[in-house]
Amino acid sequence: MSLIHYLRCFEGIIQREVLRFLQQQGRFFAALVRPLVWLFIFAAGFRSILGVSIVPPYETYVQYEVYITPGLLGMIQLFNGMQTSLSMVYDREMGSMKTLLISPLPRWFLLTSKLCAGVLISIVQSFVYLLIAWFWDVEAPLSGYFVLIPALSLSGLMLGSLGLFISSVIKQLENFAGVMNFVIFPMFFTSSALYPLWRIKESSILLYNIATYNPFTHAVELIRFALYGQINYFSLTYVSIACAVFLSLAIWGYDPTRGTLARLKGN
Amino acid sequence: MSEVPALHVDEISFSYGKQPALKDLSFHLERGNFTVLLGQNSAGKTTLISLITRLYSPHAGSIRIYGYDVRFQSAEALKRLGVVFQQRTLDMDLTVNQNLMYFTSLHGMGPDQAKQRIAQELERLGIAERRSEKVRKLSGGLIRRVEIVRALLHRPQLMMLDEPTVGLDLASRQTIIEHVRKLCKEEGLTLLWATHMIDEVAPSDQVLILHNGKLIASGTVQEVIDRTGTENIRKAYEKLIDINN
Repeated sequence: MSLIHYLRCFEGIIQREVLRFLQQQGRFFAALVRPLVWLFIFAAGFRSILGVSIVPPYETYVQYEVYITPGLLGMIQLFNGMQTSLSMVYDREMGSMKTLLISPLPRWFLLTSKLCAGVLISIVQSFVYLLIAWFWDVEAPLSGYFVLIPALSLSGLMLGSLGLFISSVIKQLENFAGVMNFVIFPMFFTSSALYPLWRIKESSILLYNIATYNPFTHAVELIRFALYGQINYFSLTYVSIACAVFLSLAIWGYDPTRGTLARLKGN
Repeated sequence: MSEVPALHVDEISFSYGKQPALKDLSFHLERGNFTVLLGQNSAGKTTLISLITRLYSPHAGSIRIYGYDVRFQSAEALKRLGVVFQQRTLDMDLTVNQNLMYFTSLHGMGPDQAKQRIAQELERLGIAERRSEKVRKLSGGLIRRVEIVRALLHRPQLMMLDEPTVGLDLASRQTIIEHVRKLCKEEGLTLLWATHMIDEVAPSDQVLILHNGKLIASGTVQEVIDRTGTENIRKAYEKLIDINN
């Protein structure tokens, strides 16, 4: 198999995911409505209660809407990553996953291509969100929007890989509700998405410690700095390592000789 | 020196947790033969096909497709293989053409070659005019035909079909069986047809009879009949199942 075979395969997987996404317009709106509800309602209501002092990358006091925007971009990616996971479990139950897995190209490449397709979709969703937020006076410097693309790519890959690993462990679609309760909500609420870490520390040292280890916190911080044209190197390293770990686990999970998939009868 | 067989299965075993599914299974398929893998439900047919396609990996033994080990030379092995799974594997929300184009890309085919092959194979199965329809709108028989088209697009040398006629009406069954037999005869494609329906076995076929994860008979239809001392393949099959229960 030559490079051109890999490129064609990659292109085919991206095209298929985009086609599916375009046919599921409800999914697009649901992905947007969720963070917009937080922006328009939650942030408006809590603006006066939750004061945010000057913390990097901000150089002045910022409105709460501005503070939570990177967290809400992370939320889009977190839900998108889990949507990838859900669609993998669905594909496995419906059988279409077999079409992908019997391709002669290496399984790690097939899974990573599928992940990239999910990330691409989440980046489009993020920019549509930012466009709407712009009318709500949530603006970033122009350079920030460009730096944001690689940051969103990396954080999206990390969250997608986590979703992919979860999909290799989940036996049935019905078990997916547990993912909401045990993965998405804890990850989101024990992070710096809604309030800065110093505020969490004031309330609970334990929660602060959990938040500092939570990879989602670092994904949000990576996005936050990138939105202002800056790079948070610690978060970049943390997210890169977490991404490598989750991706390795996902590939292991789908390995027919070692992974969890082989133990799930009927897949 | 003899030709490398199309499929060589050597002492493979597999279990789901502690529940054994296949035990020390060995056989090979000669090139260009039509072989029926016969077995009741839960005999291990689908598990065997999952192992050959590398969806699972055997706990012991090896599988070779045209001499290439499925585990260690999977790219070479899998590109020679076309599969129609028992479960429907087309994306119901995409059109026939979109599904087929997706499959060709998974095999690294370029768009021009893909379009040409899709047109050829759809035409051969008489469903060219359905290419723009969503799969969801097709009948079970047509979906099966699209899956056969898809399995042939990359010109495999070995094709496996897992219970492809289950749930189909008589006319659809007939169309599919005739088409597949024609492929075997005219193009020299090696075929493994898994079924539990004894009436799908023709006198010229090779048979492999699988029961409770073990291969209990193999050879030509006549050889199996002679070995069991019965009058026909149905009686031979029933006798073999009785002996091995």
